[in-house]
Amino acid sequence: MNNYNLPDDSGHFAQYGGIFIAETLMIAVSELKEAYEKYQDDSDFIAEFKHDLKHYVGRETPLYHAQNLSQKISGAQIYLKREDLNHTGAHKINNTIGQALLAKRMGKTRIIAETGAGQHGVATATVAARLGLECVVYMGEIDMARQALNVFRMKLLGASVIPVKSGSKTLKDALNEAMRDWVTNIDNTFYIIGTVAGPHPYPMMVRDFQSVIGKEAKRQFSNQAGGLPDALVACVGGGSNAIGLFYPFIDDKSVAIYGVEAAGYGLEKGPTAHAAPLCAGSVGVLHGNRTYLMEDKNGQIIEGHSISAGLDYPGVGPEHAYLKDSGRANYVAVTDEEALDGFHTLTRVEGILPALESAHAVAYGMKLAKQLGKSKNIIINLSGRGDKDIHTVREIEGNGL
Amino acid sequence: MSKLKNIFQTLKQNQQKAFIPFITAGDGGLDNTYALMQTLVDSGADVIELGVAFSDPMADGVVIARSHQRAVEAGVSLDNVLDLVRRFRQLNNTTAIVLMGYLNPIEIFGYQAFADKARECGVDGVLVVDMPAEEAHDLKRRLDAVDIDFIFLVAPTTTDKRLKLLATIASGFVYFVALKGVTGAQHLNIESVNANLMKVRKFIDLPVGVGFGIKDATTAQKVSKSADAVIVGSVLVAFIEKYSRDKTKMLASVGTLAKQISLALKR
Repeated sequence: MNNYNLPDDSGHFAQYGGIFIAETLMIAVSELKEAYEKYQDDSDFIAEFKHDLKHYVGRETPLYHAQNLSQKISGAQIYLKREDLNHTGAHKINNTIGQALLAKRMGKTRIIAETGAGQHGVATATVAARLGLECVVYMGEIDMARQALNVFRMKLLGASVIPVKSGSKTLKDALNEAMRDWVTNIDNTFYIIGTVAGPHPYPMMVRDFQSVIGKEAKRQFSNQAGGLPDALVACVGGGSNAIGLFYPFIDDKSVAIYGVEAAGYGLEKGPTAHAAPLCAGSVGVLHGNRTYLMEDKNGQIIEGHSISAGLDYPGVGPEHAYLKDSGRANYVAVTDEEALDGFHTLTRVEGILPALESAHAVAYGMKLAKQLGKSKNIIINLSGRGDKDIHTVREIEGNGL
Repeated sequence: MSKLKNIFQTLKQNQQKAFIPFITAGDGGLDNTYALMQTLVDSGADVIELGVAFSDPMADGVVIARSHQRAVEAGVSLDNVLDLVRRFRQLNNTTAIVLMGYLNPIEIFGYQAFADKARECGVDGVLVVDMPAEEAHDLKRRLDAVDIDFIFLVAPTTTDKRLKLLATIASGFVYFVALKGVTGAQHLNIESVNANLMKVRKFIDLPVGVGFGIKDATTAQKVSKSADAVIVGSVLVAFIEKYSRDKTKMLASVGTLAKQISLALKR
């Protein structure tokens, strides 16, 4: 039975989503909407997308039964969806491949993107290099310092990385700056948004491109273990890896869904200490859609905190806001400390170094596995690999091992 | 009749054009903005556009974006801006006041509470940059009920279909964005502005203000040949930034430029 069919034509997931942008951008967004409507069911487009995912990205990624971890916890069986094994090291490239193919068909010659931790920027610079498109990546000045290696990586790939010095100099400001660029260079420029946020059709389109994660996981789980898993766990910043895993399971009501936000120093420490709009935020409008936000009583956006630069976004995809309100998905949060524990445990027990983002999902997945007990099965989305975070972990914990 | 309608009718009878300066409310403090409003009135402003500060002003260029940031850092809220308008109205009931900002502060304030307080404080028009007509019906209904004009941006890229839609929802005037880009950008092309305004007027029977990229009296005068109003923001806000430590110089430089532009529109 397939009865979930959001968003509606105007991009709404009930009260969430929509198109909240300046008139100056309406033409670009409606061009994109038309193009996506035209190509999403186009057999050539789908074939090229699938071809690239297989031969360039390296899909399908394994669904790995983490027996050591399961045994250590002595709870539910844990399966890891290995998005960390994709080319460029994270799920981000599923989406950039899709959007870049669309850009090419729309005749756009210039690609822009925003990036926080740099993973989406790298994934964008990568596809731009391959397709011979000019690429400009906006990145907060603070993030550039935190993720210097990714900045260099993007430059090696031929992208210009532009430091964003406005506002809090992080991801949200990079998004603002990319929007400004888009307005100015609307004729030749395609804006590749990295997550399921932004104005419609971005949340839907990015979800569709990322849903390859859940489609594969569903088939793989059925082959390996039979039937459906009992629960899914994924980290949520903007929420693209999570929705990619969740979406193909939404109508399978027996499957519990858990999105894991960043509790940073702790939810109880207030909004500047975490990045968990679904768990502790309120509804508002930012970056083109209505959703849960980290905001103050006057509607100003609050810059939160997470050990993981990729979760450090004050909003969240509108579909997650809907899934929360409808009760279909549960949203929880784990702290920096818990995430670090997840990082180390997975590394030592399974020999897999997760990204700090994904370590949030691992940390919650371990808790959940214990609660559920041995007869159950859960899938954790391992959205990215941790190489980029070694530096951060080393800085926090010192050099000694 | 709404104050905006009245202003545009009178100007039209005198074959003059409206001067609409923009400043961000609370940039340099609310008292500073109050003083600037007086200066702008004395310099011939017909309408004052007050920017309501938002932490993420996506459609604004660096100059105005920085002014938003300064006001946000000073803790200026939508509620404060409404109180500022009420204070201004105690001595001035002729200059129209339009609030221009982003949706989120209004969302958090509540549409009805905002409409009620805006009316009570003497606001004449509201422009919400990131609220396109498709999403605006609820707020439109509430603003209509309190006789506040709902002003919309029109871009060079706005299609005929959207112009028709905007015609059904806009009132007071429409704000034509003179160029592709953000506030304060360069490369204003007068000829293309003129051609675009002809197209806008085919669909929308409201006065048309032109803004984005107008920095001096000469440009203002050229634009005013086809426009009903000229909106000037970034260049004034740049003075407010430059002379933030010298209020006398700030008021003098804002006043001088405002007067030049205003005179160019009243010939």
